[in-house]
Amino acid sequence: MGLLSYIIFLPLLGSLVILFLPKDNFKVIRWTSAFFSFIPMLLSFYLTYDYFFAFAGSSQMAYVEGPFQWISAISAQYFLGVDGISVPMVALTGLLSFLSILASFNIEKRVKEYFVFFLLLETGMMGVFVSLDFFLFYIFWEVMLVPMYFLIGIWGGPRKEYAAIKFFLYTLFGSIFMLVAILILYFTSNPHTLNILELIKTAPTLSHSLQLLCFAFFFVGFAIKVPVWPFHTWLPDAHVEAPTAVSVILAGVLLKMGTYGMLRVSWPMFPQGLKFFAIPIALLGLIGIIYGALVSMAQKDLKKLVAYSSVSHMGYCMLALGAFSSVTAMTGVMFQMVSHGLITGALFLLVGVLYDRAHTREIAAFGGLGVKIPVYTGLMVLFSMASLGLPGMSGFVSEFMVFVGSFSSFKIITALAVLGVVLTAAYMLRMVQRMFLGEFNIAKWGGLTEINLREILTVAPLAILTIIIGVYPGPLSNIMKATLENLVTLMAR
Amino acid sequence: MLENAYLIPFYPLLAFVVIIFFTRWKEKLSSYIAISMVLLAFVHSVFVMAAMLGRHGEPLEKIVTFISQPSLTLELGMYIDALTAVMLLVVTIVASCVQIYSLGYMHGDPRFSRYFSYLSLFTFSMLGLVIANNFFMIFIFWELVGLTSYLLIGFWFEKKSASDAGKKAFITTRIGDLGFIVGILILAAYAGTLNYQQVFEKVSSGALAPGIVTLAGIFIFCGAVGKSAQFPLHVWLPDAMEGPTPVSALIHAATMVAAGVYLVARAMTLFVGSAEAAMVVAVIGLITSLLAASIALTQNDIKRVLAYSTVSQLGYMIMALGLYGVDSAHGHHSPGYVAGTFHLMTHAFFKALLFLGAGSVIHAVHTNDIQDMGGLSKKMKITTITFFIASLSISGIFPLSGFWSKDEIVATTVGHPIFMIFTLAIAFMTAFYMFRLCFLTFTGKPRVQEKFDHAHESPKTMTYPLMFLAFLAIFAGWVGLPWLPHGFSSFVYHEEVHHAEPNYLLMLVSTIVALSGIGLSYLMYYKKSISADAIAEKIKPLYNLSYHKFYFDEIYNAVIIQPLLGLTNVLWWFDANVVDGFVNFIGWLTVKWADLKQWFDQYIVDGAVNGAGYFCMGASWLFRYLQSGSVQFYALTIIAAAIGLVIYRVTPLGFYYYLAGLLIMALSRVLARIFNNNRVKANSNVEG
Amino acid sequence: MIMLQYLALAAILFAIGVFGVLTRRNAVGILMSLELMFNAANINFVTFNKFIAPGGLTGQIFAAFVIVIAAAEAVVGLAIVLLLYRNWKGINVDRINIMKW
Repeated sequence: MGLLSYIIFLPLLGSLVILFLPKDNFKVIRWTSAFFSFIPMLLSFYLTYDYFFAFAGSSQMAYVEGPFQWISAISAQYFLGVDGISVPMVALTGLLSFLSILASFNIEKRVKEYFVFFLLLETGMMGVFVSLDFFLFYIFWEVMLVPMYFLIGIWGGPRKEYAAIKFFLYTLFGSIFMLVAILILYFTSNPHTLNILELIKTAPTLSHSLQLLCFAFFFVGFAIKVPVWPFHTWLPDAHVEAPTAVSVILAGVLLKMGTYGMLRVSWPMFPQGLKFFAIPIALLGLIGIIYGALVSMAQKDLKKLVAYSSVSHMGYCMLALGAFSSVTAMTGVMFQMVSHGLITGALFLLVGVLYDRAHTREIAAFGGLGVKIPVYTGLMVLFSMASLGLPGMSGFVSEFMVFVGSFSSFKIITALAVLGVVLTAAYMLRMVQRMFLGEFNIAKWGGLTEINLREILTVAPLAILTIIIGVYPGPLSNIMKATLENLVTLMAR
Repeated sequence: MLENAYLIPFYPLLAFVVIIFFTRWKEKLSSYIAISMVLLAFVHSVFVMAAMLGRHGEPLEKIVTFISQPSLTLELGMYIDALTAVMLLVVTIVASCVQIYSLGYMHGDPRFSRYFSYLSLFTFSMLGLVIANNFFMIFIFWELVGLTSYLLIGFWFEKKSASDAGKKAFITTRIGDLGFIVGILILAAYAGTLNYQQVFEKVSSGALAPGIVTLAGIFIFCGAVGKSAQFPLHVWLPDAMEGPTPVSALIHAATMVAAGVYLVARAMTLFVGSAEAAMVVAVIGLITSLLAASIALTQNDIKRVLAYSTVSQLGYMIMALGLYGVDSAHGHHSPGYVAGTFHLMTHAFFKALLFLGAGSVIHAVHTNDIQDMGGLSKKMKITTITFFIASLSISGIFPLSGFWSKDEIVATTVGHPIFMIFTLAIAFMTAFYMFRLCFLTFTGKPRVQEKFDHAHESPKTMTYPLMFLAFLAIFAGWVGLPWLPHGFSSFVYHEEVHHAEPNYLLMLVSTIVALSGIGLSYLMYYKKSISADAIAEKIKPLYNLSYHKFYFDEIYNAVIIQPLLGLTNVLWWFDANVVDGFVNFIGWLTVKWADLKQWFDQYIVDGAVNGAGYFCMGASWLFRYLQSGSVQFYALTIIAAAIGLVIYRVTPLGFYYYLAGLLIMALSRVLARIFNNNRVKANSNVEG
Repeated sequence: MIMLQYLALAAILFAIGVFGVLTRRNAVGILMSLELMFNAANINFVTFNKFIAPGGLTGQIFAAFVIVIAAAEAVVGLAIVLLLYRNWKGINVDRINIMKW
C-alpha cells in the first residue's frame, strides 16, 4: 500500500467504520467521518508538498503503485500514479471533501447513511484522479455516481428525485460512450492492454477515422461531466436540488473530472481527433461562456445563478482546451479548474449558510442584508469578485492565462470570450446589489443571524487559497509545468 | 529610497489589512492608521521624486516573475521614471488631503472605519497602477481600482441610487477593460512580452506590423475610455457622484479617472507608432470634452457640474496626448505629451479642491442643488475663497496653475485648426459654467433661507486640506513655467525633451476667452443683467438636450440594457424549454419506448405463451365432452374398440368403414350434447 | 353335441349381457347383465375343459373361481348401488356422472 492507496481507501474504510456505529449518535458519526476525510486531506497536502519539491521538475508519474495484475483475463491492472495535473486535483478533492463534511454537520436526516455515502463518494473521486488503468478509472468513475445519486435523491430539495435521476442517467449515458471507446482501445491494442500510459504511446497509431471516433466518444463522456454546452442542463437541477455540501463537491470536484479526463485521456491519446475537433471545442467553450453568463443573469434563485455561472466558467476551460498547442492555455485550464473549485465551492457554501437561516434562496426576497450581516456580506462580495475575475484572486490569473493561451490559436473566438468577463461582472454585481445593498427589510429579516464560526472556518481556507493563488501563482504553475509541457508535445504528435 | 519605491503601495495596503481585520471596531484608531500610512507613502514619494530629479528622470526598473510560461512570462515589477514619480506624488498628496478631510466629513458615519479601509485599498491600487512596469500588472491594479471605486461609490449602499451607481461604474469601466484585455492579448501574442520597455522597443524598431500596433493601440485605449470616462463610456462618472464627496474628489477627479490618461501617456509609443490610433484618441478626447462641457452648462447639481467638468478636462488631456501621437508619427514636434501630463497634475489639485469645497458646501447645507444655495460666502469664508481660486485655476486665469497647463494644450492644437477652435470654445464654456456655479452658490441672496440659516463653516480637518490644495492650485503649475530652463517639460517627456517656448499670442487669446466666459456668467448670474431663463427659453431644444445629458442614459438603457436583459430571459426560456426540453424529451421518448416494449412484451411475447395455453384450453373444451362420466359410454367405447380390433383382424378395409361409422356417431353425439347443454342453460336462465 | 353349440350359447349369452350393460339405465339391471356375461364366460371355460383337455379340471376350477368372484362383485356392486340410492334417491345411471371432468 502506497500513499495513494491510503488516500483512496481511507475514506472507504471510514464509511465501513461508520456502518458499525450506532445510528442515533450523530456526534460520533460526524466526527468519525470528519476524521476519515481529514487524514486523506493531510495526506493529499503532503503529497502536493512532496511532489512540488521532489518530482515537479519531471513529467514522469510519481508515487507509482503497480502495475499489479488484477484481472488477468482482461489484463486489468491495479495501477496508480500522479503527475502535475492530478496532484492539484487530489489536493482540491481532499480539501473540499473535508470542508464539505464539516459543512454537513447540520444534516439531521439519516445522518449515518449520509456520511457513509459521502465518504464513498470521496473514494470514487480520489480514485478517478490517480488511477492509470482504464478499468480502474472506469470503476471509480462509476462508483462515484451511486453515492451521488443517493445524496441528491435523499437529502435534496423539493425536486430531488427528478434531479437525481437526471444526473445519474445523463452521466451514465456519457460513460457508456466512454466505455465503448475504452473497448475499442482495448481490442485494437496489441497486446491487449488497458494501461493508460501504454495507450497514450500506442493510440496515436490508430487509423484516422478510429481516432476521430474514439475522441468523439470520450468527448461525449467527459463533456457531459464538465458540462459543456449543450449537455449542461443536468447541472442546474442537480446543483439546486442537492444539499449544500453535495453542491460543493459537484461544482468543486465532479465537474473537474470531465476536464481532467480530457487532459489525461482523450487529448494526448488522439492528437488527430483533437486537431479535427479543436475549433468546435473552442466554439462550444465560447458559447458556454456567453450563454452561461446570460442565463445566469436571468436567474431568480441564488443557487441556480451560481450553478449557471459554473457553466460559464467551465466554458473558459473548454476554450483553452481547444487551444491545445499552448502550454499557457493548458496552465489556464488547470488554474481555472482549481480556482473554480475553490470559488464556486465557497459560493455554494455561502448560499447554503443563508438558506439554512432564511429558508429561501430567492434573490428578490432579500435586500440590504449588508447592514445586518456584514461579515457574511463581505465574504459573499469577496467570492463574487473572485468569480468575476478580479485581480488578486485566482479567478483572474486563470482567466488571463486562458485568454493569453487561446488568443494565439483563436483570435476572434477569444476576443469574443472576453465579453464573458463583463457579463459575469454584470450578473454577480446585480445579485450582490439586489441581495445585500439597498434598503434593509427589518421586519422580514430582522432575525437573521450572522455567519457562525464553523461556517466561517469552512469558507476561510477557500478564501485564503483563492487569494494566495491569485497573488502568488508561481508554485501552482510550477507543479504542473513539466507535465503540461510534456502533454502539449504529446498533443502535437 | 528610490530602490525600494515598490514599498509605497504597500503602506496603504497594510492600513487596509490592519483596519479590516484588527481595528475595525476602533474608529479613531482606524482612521489614524489609514492617514499615517498614506502620509508615509507621501513622504516616500517625495524622496522618490527627489531621487528622480537627482538622476534627471533616468528610469529604474525592478522585476519579479509572477508566472513564467514558455511563450510568455508574466511579471510584476516597478518602473519608475519622471512620469511615475509625478503621479506618485499627485496621488499621495490628493489621497492624504482627502483622508484628512474625511475625518471631518465622514464624522459619525456608522461604517467610518470601513470607509478608511476602502480609501486605503484604493490608494494602494492606484499607487500600484502607477508603479507598474508592464501591461499585465497595470491591468491588475486597473481592476482593483475598479473594485474600490465600486465599493466607495456604493458606500452608502442603503440608497438604491448609490448601489446602482457603483454597479454602473464597475460594469461600464469593465466594458472598456474588454478592449484593454484584447489589446493586451494582441501584444502578448505578437510582441511576446507585456513589459513596457520591451513592447515599446519592438514598436519603435518596427518589429510589429503597423496594423497590429494600431489595433493594440486602439484596444488599449478602450481601457482608458472606460476608466477616464471618455465618450461613449462617460455615463458612469456623473452617477458616481452618489458616493461620499471626498471619494468623488479622490477617485473621480484626481486619481482614478487620471488612470486612463496615465495609461495613454504610458503607452504613448504605441500611438506614436500608429498615427491612426493616435487620431482616434485625439478625436475621442475632443468629442468627450465638448460633450461634457456643453452638458455642464445646464446642470444644477453642484457635484454633477464638477463631474462633467472633470470629464471635459480629461477629454482635454486625452486630446492633447492624441495630438502628440499624431504629430510625432508624422515627425513633427509637439508639446502635447507635456501638456497632457502637466494638465493631469494641475487638474488633480484644483479639481480635488473643487470637490472638497463642494463637499464642504454640501456638508453645510445638506443639499446638492445649487438652486437652493446662494450667498454662502457670508458664512463660509475659507470655502468660498478656495473655491474661487480653484475656479480661476480651471478657467485658466494667469498666473494660476491651470493657466500654464491649459496654455500648453492650446499650444498643442496649433497645427490642427479644427481642434483649436473647439478647444477654445471648451475653454470658454469651462469658464462660464464654473463661474455660474460659483456665483449661484456663494453670491447673491440665499434662495432657501432655512438651509442658509443652518449653514456654517466646516471644521478645521476639512478647511486645512482646502487651503493646502488651494496653495497647490495656485503654485503647482509654476513648475512648468515656460521660462524655466529645467521645468516640467524637460523632466516629463516622451522620447526627447520638448522645450516649452512661451507663445504670448496664444496666452493672450486663451486668457481673453476665459475672461469672456467669466464675464458672461458674471452678467447672467451675478449682475443678472442678462436673463438666463430667457436664453434657455430661446434655445429650448438645445437646452433640453444639454440638461438631459444628450439622453445617453436613456439611449443606452433602451438600446443595450433592456435588450440584453430581454435576451437573458429569452435564453433562459430557451435553456429551460428547448435545451432542457430536448433532454426531457429524450427521457420522455425513452419512457414511451419502454411503454411500447412493455405492450409488445405483454401482448406479443407473453401472448404467444398464453396462446399455447388458450389453444390447449380450446381443444380440451372440445374434447371434454367425450368425458361424459357415463361409465356405460366408456364401456361402449371399449367394446367398440374391441370389435374394431376383431374387424381389423378379419378385414382391414372393413375396419375403416367401421371407424368412419364410429366417428360419425361420436360426432353426432357430441353435437347433440352441446346442443343439449345450451338448451339446459337457456332454460335455467329463464327459470332463474 | 358338438363344441360349437356350447360356444354359440355362450356367445349369445355374452352378447345379451353386453347389450344389457350398455343399454340398461337401472344399476341393478346392469349388475344382472354383468352376471350374464360372467356365466357366458363360465360356459366357455367348462366347454373348453370338456372338449380340449378332457382329462384336466382346470376349466372347471376356473369356472368355480369366477362364480365366487362374481358373487363378491355383486356384493360390492350392490353396496355401491345402495349408497347411490341413499344419496340420489334413485339408481338411474344417467344421473350418475360424478366421474365427469
